[in-house]
Amino acid sequence: MADAQLTAEQADFQEYAERWLAENAPPPPPERLPISAIEVMTTGQRDYLQAWQYRCWEAGLVGCDYPREVGGGGHEGFQRIANQAMAGARTPLLINIVGLQMAAPTILVHGTDEQKRKFIPGALSGEEIWCQGFSEPGAGSDMANQQTLAVRDGDDWVVNGHKVWTSLGHFAKWMILIARTSKHHKYDGLTYFLAPIEGTPGVTVRPLVKITGESGFNEVLFEDARVPDANRLDEVGKGWTVAMTTLTYERGAAESAGGGGSSQAHPTQRLIDLAKSSWRDGRSAADDPVTRDAIVQMAIVGEGIRQNGRRARVPALTEHPMRIPLQSKLLVSEFAQDVARLGVDIAGAHSTLYKLDPSAPDAGHWPLAYMGSYGHTIAAGTNEIQRNIIGERVLGLPKSK
Amino acid sequence: MTETQPQKMPADFGFGPDEELLRDSARKFLDQEMPVEKLRRLVAEDPDAVYTRGEAPAWDEKLWKQMVELGWTGLAVPESAGGVGFRSVGVAALVEEVGRHALPSPLLSTLASSYVLREALTGEPSPAAAWLGRIADGAAASLAITNARGSWEPGESGVIAEAEPGGDGLRLHGSAHFVQDAGKAELFVVHAIRDDGSYLCVVPADSPGLVVRPDHIHDLTRDQATLVFDDVPVTNDQVVSREGAAALARAWPALLVLVAADLCGSSEWQLQTTVEYARTRKQFDRPIGFFQAVKHPLSDGMVMIDRARSLLYHAACCIDSGSNEAETAARMAKSAASDAGAYLSDRSVQLHGGIGFTWECDVHLFFKRSLHNQALYGDAVHHRRKLADLLIGPI
Ligand SMILES: Cc1cc2nc3c(=O)[nH]c(=O)nc-3n(C[C@H](O)[C@H](O)[C@H](O)COP(=O)(O)OP(=O)(O)OC[C@H]3O[C@@H](n4cnc5c(N)ncnc54)[C@H](O)[C@@H]3O)c2cc1C
Repeated sequence: MADAQLTAEQADFQEYAERWLAENAPPPPPERLPISAIEVMTTGQRDYLQAWQYRCWEAGLVGCDYPREVGGGGHEGFQRIANQAMAGARTPLLINIVGLQMAAPTILVHGTDEQKRKFIPGALSGEEIWCQGFSEPGAGSDMANQQTLAVRDGDDWVVNGHKVWTSLGHFAKWMILIARTSKHHKYDGLTYFLAPIEGTPGVTVRPLVKITGESGFNEVLFEDARVPDANRLDEVGKGWTVAMTTLTYERGAAESAGGGGSSQAHPTQRLIDLAKSSWRDGRSAADDPVTRDAIVQMAIVGEGIRQNGRRARVPALTEHPMRIPLQSKLLVSEFAQDVARLGVDIAGAHSTLYKLDPSAPDAGHWPLAYMGSYGHTIAAGTNEIQRNIIGERVLGLPKSK
Repeated sequence: MTETQPQKMPADFGFGPDEELLRDSARKFLDQEMPVEKLRRLVAEDPDAVYTRGEAPAWDEKLWKQMVELGWTGLAVPESAGGVGFRSVGVAALVEEVGRHALPSPLLSTLASSYVLREALTGEPSPAAAWLGRIADGAAASLAITNARGSWEPGESGVIAEAEPGGDGLRLHGSAHFVQDAGKAELFVVHAIRDDGSYLCVVPADSPGLVVRPDHIHDLTRDQATLVFDDVPVTNDQVVSREGAAALARAWPALLVLVAADLCGSSEWQLQTTVEYARTRKQFDRPIGFFQAVKHPLSDGMVMIDRARSLLYHAACCIDSGSNEAETAARMAKSAASDAGAYLSDRSVQLHGGIGFTWECDVHLFFKRSLHNQALYGDAVHHRRKLADLLIGPI
């Protein structure tokens, strides 16, 4: 919808993107695909998704708004169109989410020309998978409490420390890493690195098992691992500022020139379909007034998210430029959680069935999606932290720290 | 507007420079003419006036004259009938400002009446045009369409029409309820039922046989009444539609947009006022807004308002584009705006503490206006039930 007001060039691109996606539908996946990129577990899933991202990048649907010198398309306002087209065509997700939504935009802002040319193309094409090494056992919401140490040694930095909850670490070639380079300042003692992971001596990636029983994220141990100074992003001691750039993109607060996207209207239809095939108190769940009301509540929130995205681009109808963008992580993650929870409720007794049970509705989607949804309400700054941020930055309430 | 071709929906909701100008000048005008201190003096000087003695809630008639001069009563009147024919997105923005100032005036009821009469402008020269022209010239109007049960079904009414014995026209009997700002209206748009169908009639407030019996209500920023029709004569010029229920149903999305916009505006006032209090009121040596039990509900309230506003402009844009999604969008907007209004009203009193519980504190004025609007034209649950029929299918 809402595709009025495109430039002629953008309208052509939209047509091209839609046509390309229609003509180049990916082959069926070799195994069940995860719901989000941070849940990619097996090499089979990885290879399939990596190949798909590569094709999309080659076709000009990924990295469209990046400069050509770094593997982009050199356009303006194309990525959003490509994302809409991909969401509309229900294509597989783009696996290199950390590379696309965090590493590449941060490097574009803070990197040297050499760093941009070296790191961005592989992030866009998906050939080089990235992970994010921000969280530590003692540094979660209080992210500046980093204990991983980087000590300068000639042209290298020697890194020692323990990162946790590292999504995609098991497939990653690179990590965006914050480490402590000075113990004297909490914030100004941090530095940001583009650290090599795969095959690097002193780096151990160990899988952690999630609430769903699946693996997906990891802990990463650094024991005298060496990171060249050429892989330092921006100045020594500027790590906090650089990390803030990353977080801005990660939380969807800025429109990152990434790729992929999910449709909000679609989940409600899935709930309706589920209700029509489920029973409640001896009749169709779709005829139960309480269930109907709950589904409609979801439909309203889903449409609200869609229309927020539209209104955010109409300056005359937004009081504060960050007011809508800063809500998006909170809204999208809680919407997904509430939809999944409602799916569990509608499935009733059948919600007890694991995905391998042949009677599980929708191949066991709902309870797994519900449990998995906490990943998104916790990751990227918990939703409690998001409520702080909204209250402080938009409403001007006193800061918590 | 009745037979508009479906159009492509504009990405910016069709909210252009004209709409922005109207909204901004309305905000300035109302900031100046109806700041909250003035509102309080106007409607809440004496708690006994309205509640105990049953006096009519006060309003500023001079200000209304100015609003008429600004052309606000003609906004929803098509150009062909002497009005401005402004887009619904622009009207919604104006009404948000009205809600933000909790302005006592017959503006909403007049705009609502225009939207209904507009739907009666079908075919040949219609008597509705002349009445719309009077509204554009400044006649305040209100809808008399609700029966004693408070039903929001367009097909129901408590007014019965009978053929004028041996002549043209009709005679009206019965009653219409929950008529908004009836005490300020010159004209009523009445929905009357007859065995051969349903009629919309325009009935002047001073018609013989019509009694306007004020309701005793909580909201201090409007009035409401029951209209009693005792053999009220209606000439053919006053009968604007013989398919009243259908016209009402077509106008319904626009009516919902009006109330949703007022709710969004009053909710935003509640949010900003409570935020300001949370930034200045200190307890335990800190502004109370430092505490997350205060901060987080305010963040949540903002999220609810923004959802409602986005849905509001979507609904208005659907109406302007003649989209067949207008009903769904408008019901979503009213439902979300009612929920936002309820949440912000609740938190605005609670987070002010003891002072929030007093007559002296302004929050009650907006609390009561919001509470009234939450119920008006159907509450959040009512619209979700209707939406369930539209989205899931009837039971
Ligand atoms: C699925 C998943 C994937 C992840 N992927 C990555 C990754 O790839 N890279 C990476 O670096 N990190 C990753 N994370 C880590 C994530 O960023 C942290 O888990 C998150 O920031 C919270 O930190 P914590 O787990 O230490 O919880 P804590 O900070 O200890 O929080 C515990 C609870 O206390 C609350 N709390 C804490 N402080 C406050 C406060 N000031 N006000 C109100 N409440 C507060 C929190 O909201 C939470 O409910 C991932 C997490 C998940 C769940």
